[in-house]
Amino acid sequence: MREIAVAARLYVGAVITLGVAIAAWSVMSVDNWVNTAFLLLLMLALERIGFHATSVAHDGTFTTMTLPVAAAAFMVEGPDAAALVGVLALFIRGHEPSERRGINVKRAFNAANFAISAFIGGWVYVALGGPVGTLESADFPEVLAPFAAASLAYCAITTLLLLGVLTLVSGARPGDLLRGSLLQTTPAMFGYSFFGLMIAVLWLGSGIGATSVILVLAPLMIARWAIGQYAREREAYEATIRTLIRAVETKDEYTRGHSERVAKGSVMIGRVLGLVGPRLDALRYAGILHDVGKLGVPTRILQKTGRLTDEEFAAITLHPVRGRDLVADLEFLGEALSGVLHHHERLDGRGYPMGLQGEDIPEFARIIAVADAFDSMTSTRSYRGARSVAEALEEIRRCSGTQFDPRMVEAMLLALEREPWAERTGQPEPRQAAGGLDHDDPTVAVGRR
Amino acid sequence: MIGWPTRLAALLALLAGALAVSSFVLVFEAGGLVQPGVAIAFGAVMLVGEVIRIWLPNGREAAPLGTAAAIGYALTESVAGTPTTHSAWQVVAVAAGATALGVLPHIISGRAPDADGLARRLVVIATVAFWFRSDSVQDLLTNSGPLAKALIMAAVVGIGGGLDALLAAAVRAERAHAPFARAVVDELRATGALGIAIGITGVLMALAAPVTGLWAVPVFGAPLLLAQFSFRRFATIRMTYLQTIRSLSRVTELGGYTETGHLHRVADLAVAVGTEMGLSDAELRDLEYAALLHDIGQLSLDEPIDGGATSWKSADVQAAIARDGAEVIRQTKVLDRVADIVERQSDPYRRPHEADDPQLSIASRIVRVVNAYDDAVGDSPEPSRQAEALEALRLGMAFDYDPAVVRTLGRVLNRRHGGSH
Repeated sequence: MREIAVAARLYVGAVITLGVAIAAWSVMSVDNWVNTAFLLLLMLALERIGFHATSVAHDGTFTTMTLPVAAAAFMVEGPDAAALVGVLALFIRGHEPSERRGINVKRAFNAANFAISAFIGGWVYVALGGPVGTLESADFPEVLAPFAAASLAYCAITTLLLLGVLTLVSGARPGDLLRGSLLQTTPAMFGYSFFGLMIAVLWLGSGIGATSVILVLAPLMIARWAIGQYAREREAYEATIRTLIRAVETKDEYTRGHSERVAKGSVMIGRVLGLVGPRLDALRYAGILHDVGKLGVPTRILQKTGRLTDEEFAAITLHPVRGRDLVADLEFLGEALSGVLHHHERLDGRGYPMGLQGEDIPEFARIIAVADAFDSMTSTRSYRGARSVAEALEEIRRCSGTQFDPRMVEAMLLALEREPWAERTGQPEPRQAAGGLDHDDPTVAVGRR
Repeated sequence: MIGWPTRLAALLALLAGALAVSSFVLVFEAGGLVQPGVAIAFGAVMLVGEVIRIWLPNGREAAPLGTAAAIGYALTESVAGTPTTHSAWQVVAVAAGATALGVLPHIISGRAPDADGLARRLVVIATVAFWFRSDSVQDLLTNSGPLAKALIMAAVVGIGGGLDALLAAAVRAERAHAPFARAVVDELRATGALGIAIGITGVLMALAAPVTGLWAVPVFGAPLLLAQFSFRRFATIRMTYLQTIRSLSRVTELGGYTETGHLHRVADLAVAVGTEMGLSDAELRDLEYAALLHDIGQLSLDEPIDGGATSWKSADVQAAIARDGAEVIRQTKVLDRVADIVERQSDPYRRPHEADDPQLSIASRIVRVVNAYDDAVGDSPEPSRQAEALEALRLGMAFDYDPAVVRTLGRVLNRRHGGSH
């Protein structure tokens, strides 16, 4: 742990030092301060018009307007002005409330990163013969090549520098990080760079002057607004789905929060197995929804203590089928549907509802089965207290190969090493509605022997 | 009901067809395309834009890039220093041709675009092209500086966009039996922002083409792709949201608390009644969610109500179910308006010796009436049973059921079943 922190500090320090050097050099070599000041003001204005709330990715990374303005800057004024535009990231607020005040290391790193990227991008443009300060019809289409190369260079350098710090701080594999979010935001960043080209074309080429900036920015503002709408809608959606599932769980006090924890556990396993993007989302939703069919099982049976009759057992084994039927229309779930249907299958074929064996059981179902059993054992039940994580893992290991897929069990163990699970050990509290034996708990013989 | 050509839609289709055919004939007689390179560049982007068209919430569609390229073509006066000589008829011909080719893949894949939308767009593009290339506007342009020119372009496109919104609203209002003014506001809310982005992109293409040449079309169109992408993601999550509420609302049916199909039918009828009563898109969405979730409070009952027909229970039980349901929905923290509707779904619209309750929303009144209707009728196709249920509602109009809602429901049912209620 200690070594990682030291390496990260050294890395961040080196990047900031380089950024400061480039900024100093740029301040001394800028020619036209009127144009440069206009670009810097434009940059500040853009960031002030509330871009911090409109993140494309929902994991905290967000694209700034730095690249488009820097691109306009190197076309109008050259690489020095572009680097200074990058430095302004020092004053860009992140969208987390804790990040609002003061200048911190994170911002200094971002500013240095953007300054370095913009400076090198600008020089790539100049080196490939891109004209600075003039633009005529004769320059087209040739100017597109240096422009695109410069933007790509900017994107690549920014991404690499960011990847470096994320790898050192989080200890995650660079490949995972890249696939996770960086590669999703980089194409968008490259796309936005064309706004810089457009500003430069209208600024330098057509006669409408600085007003053109308004025209160029309108579609951009609208795109940003739409992304904001999307992000809000998505948040609302997630809140709704969680709440409705919690409402379903009110049938049994003891299972409160179970679905969300199973979703969390499934995602932890999925990450270790290398799932990303929409598949990981689908797995999370499948985890949340896995027990939704329980509502079709009479409360009396769910809460029964003691042995179940064959008939009652049959009613319980129906819940995955009922659940699948309920969410079958959700197109986005895709293969996660089978995760809901088969989460009670066992590797040895003794599970339900279909009695599938081994690899015939869908991958998502094998993941959810492990997370489901694990959460069940580490939660309090009416007939016993919660077990410790270690005890639960011991039990899951014991059932590995018969009930659970050893690959998923291994992944769960690995995931728990990376990210600890909150222990919820304790004795059952007296409640008016006593919960019954838990069908998810592998140590309780539910049903037929 | 959807897809039935209304008078206005038929008129638009006829007009668009006439425009397309005349443009082909006129361009052919004039010896083919003038400056074919320019026409092909713009036409190609129109075609691509058509292929990647997007489906927005509430059945709206758009092909932003295609529309922007068509507007750009109508406005472009010179390409890399060479003045353009194409006529307004040629703009129409290229737009019609590119659209026809661009919709082919959609038709083949079984997702034919909305014909009204295509017809309306061609009419609007023709309007912009003829007006902008008319002598009066051209005279104005020759005496204007670059900035004034840009403003004139923006004004012509803006008026074209306004026309588009009015036509779209008129067709929707006629089809859904909604008030026209309401439909105009909804149309501007739903597509106004995207429309501005499309219009400005068209103007930008025309402003940049004299400098950059034909590269202006793809380069200045690219940022619009980002906007389009954002709108599509928004539309997708909207759809997912609705699908999820529809699916999850059925947990009460699964638990035997509600009769199968009840929620879906109530939601469908409630939206039809709400549309006709002039609720906005946003209010209709809340209404649909409320209708789907109106029985969620039954989950708190120990034993399911027989057949789930809440309207047969005592007022106290109904109110308790409504409260519990609202409580659950309010916990989402994002569906407060839906919770309000659900909470008051069983309240009478007025009490003895009192005036009509001003606090009770139209949506709650609609849910109450439609719910009672469906509890009585179920999925029975018997006309006599429907008439009887409606008659029972009319008997309750003194306190329980808002007469305006009952009347609208009668009209909606009348149209759907063609019977006489």
